[in-house]
Amino acid sequence: MSTVVAIGADAGSTTTKLVGISHDGVIVWETIEPTEPRMREQLERLLATIPGSGGSAGPTVPVVATGYGRNLVDTKHRRVTEITCHATGVYRSIRSSGTLIDIGGQDSKVIVIDAAGGVVNFAMNDKCAAGTGRFLEVVAARMRESVQDFAALALSSPEEVAISNTCTVFAESEMVSLLAQGHAIESISRGLHRALARRVASLARSAGAVAPLMMSGGGAHNVALRALLENELGAAIRLPAKPQLMGAYGAALLALRRAAA
Amino acid sequence: MSLANQLRYHLNVSIVGNSVLRLQRWQGEWQMSRPGSWQNAHIAPPVAVAPRLKELISRHYLKGQYAHLGRKVAWVTSGAPVEFLVALGYFVLYPENHAAVCGIRRMSESLCTAAEDAGYSPDLCSYARTDIGSVLTGKTPVGKVPRPDVLVCCTNICQTVLFWYRVLAHHFNVPLIVIDTPFLYTEATERAVAYVKAQLEDAVIVAERVAGRSLGFDKLKQATRYSRQACELWMKIMECGQHRPAPITAFDEFFHMAPIVEMRGEAFTVDYYAALLAELEQRKANNIGAVTVESKRLLWDNLPVWHRVRWLSEMLAERQVALVASTYTNAWGELAHLVDPERPMESAATVYLHPILNRGTGHKLKTMRRMVDDYQADGVILHSDRSCKPYSIGQIGQRNRLADELGAPALLLEADHNDPRAFSNEQVATRLSAFLELLEK
Repeated sequence: MSTVVAIGADAGSTTTKLVGISHDGVIVWETIEPTEPRMREQLERLLATIPGSGGSAGPTVPVVATGYGRNLVDTKHRRVTEITCHATGVYRSIRSSGTLIDIGGQDSKVIVIDAAGGVVNFAMNDKCAAGTGRFLEVVAARMRESVQDFAALALSSPEEVAISNTCTVFAESEMVSLLAQGHAIESISRGLHRALARRVASLARSAGAVAPLMMSGGGAHNVALRALLENELGAAIRLPAKPQLMGAYGAALLALRRAAA
Repeated sequence: MSLANQLRYHLNVSIVGNSVLRLQRWQGEWQMSRPGSWQNAHIAPPVAVAPRLKELISRHYLKGQYAHLGRKVAWVTSGAPVEFLVALGYFVLYPENHAAVCGIRRMSESLCTAAEDAGYSPDLCSYARTDIGSVLTGKTPVGKVPRPDVLVCCTNICQTVLFWYRVLAHHFNVPLIVIDTPFLYTEATERAVAYVKAQLEDAVIVAERVAGRSLGFDKLKQATRYSRQACELWMKIMECGQHRPAPITAFDEFFHMAPIVEMRGEAFTVDYYAALLAELEQRKANNIGAVTVESKRLLWDNLPVWHRVRWLSEMLAERQVALVASTYTNAWGELAHLVDPERPMESAATVYLHPILNRGTGHKLKTMRRMVDDYQADGVILHSDRSCKPYSIGQIGQRNRLADELGAPALLLEADHNDPRAFSNEQVATRLSAFLELLEK
């Protein structure tokens, strides 16, 4: 295995991701686990597990931290927001300008990227879990399904129930009342994914989205969300190889760039 | 005012109060002059006249505390014509300013909650909720707020004030003067000016009746003259921000604007701004920036987030960003040229029709474009204020057009001017940091 020369740590609200890259910017080490309440200790523990990177003394190679927990890493490490990191990671992976949609655990972002890979504009959901991965986690759990199985149900349904609420809490109660009215789980699931896709599409349009569309974050793994987003925005979505790791990967690339500077 | 009350008023305000406040000012000036008294490495020490500002504001509220001894009290909206009230000797109180003071002193949340407990919707403007909460509980950070004898509500800033002031009129059982200002999609028509002027003339009659005296035309002209002088000086103060490095930021202006809002038409306001301008000119000459190292310059749109002014100011200064101007503070200076002391009623009708909030969103975009150029701003922060819809409407389009047509990146920042519960530190910090990363690239 190539040596890790730079590390990106993405301490998100739902999962924590670490990526180690080689000199040529290729991912040579990665880890992902649910974010623990003691984020600082978790980050220190994970940083110590990176092969050949200092052990318990902490990494000897440059580190860039991102995500909501970015301020919890040692102050010697640089902190960069997930907007810049996701844009950097995805641009390197897909090598294209366009609009990146990142559906994370507790927020969603639309990032417009220029031809040089820089962020031109961005928009995020505000003070509300509507339009985020959490929305689907909550509704899928209510149906006792995994998020992936719940998405598959949505795609299997030719019918779609209109869900008027994008509020996570109210959508859950609306879903329960639709079940009580006898609607099929499949068509409710499709309706819920549609509501989420519409919300994100509206965010994308407000940010002045331009083609091609790209996706990152855990939400990119959701086939139903992806299909309905393509439908709402009228364009195909391109995916990087490891969408969920793009924040950490971008952070590692920035660490490498800084080390080279 | 009886002779005994007159004596008591002057003893408490002019003699004891003024002396104590003067002493406090000297103390402040002495403390500021001590080496090492300023610790922030990213922000320049406050201007030397800052203790005078504190003295002015404290004296204003002190006058309010003793107003019951004989002065009539008017509560007015921030955009209301005030010169005729000043000329009639009223003590003028601005509930919006008072609410902002509550916000700065971290009292607005409990006062908003008190209003909500009384049945007012959390969707109502947080200034209105703070003010109503203060009226209902009697709680205030300024000692005591005097009861109004008359209310003056001008609709040139929003429509919420209409309902807010009706609530106040009902609560205090006092006359309510409403001055309706037709919205200006383009220019003010002669008819619109005549309509507002007629209402002003009616307002004077009510205010004279409540005050028990007649309006002296010379006094009105004098108050109007002071208003114009103060507005002109305020504009020049803000224009100092065009210098690199900017000797004053919009964060500073949010505090220094208190006199232009609540003490318009007074001679001491003119004196204060003349002193502030002189000091800023000196700072310009010496290239002293309000932010120690100024790398980027931003324009702010909308009201401040009163409960986070310091936090935001320190965060930007640490990143070497100076907030060089704001459309909000600009609103109190840009109309100075329309004020004509020789035609006080006609010019008031024109001036009070033209605030930025009484004009179309196209006008605001034009103002922002001009300010981006004049102040050489690298970007714009548009505060999307949950509590101020008239100011926030159109901001998504404005953000996109600023970026596309001017190449000035613009950030939409969701917050609330006075309700900390509608503000998320972490979310704002992430958005601001990402925006600054975008500017730094």
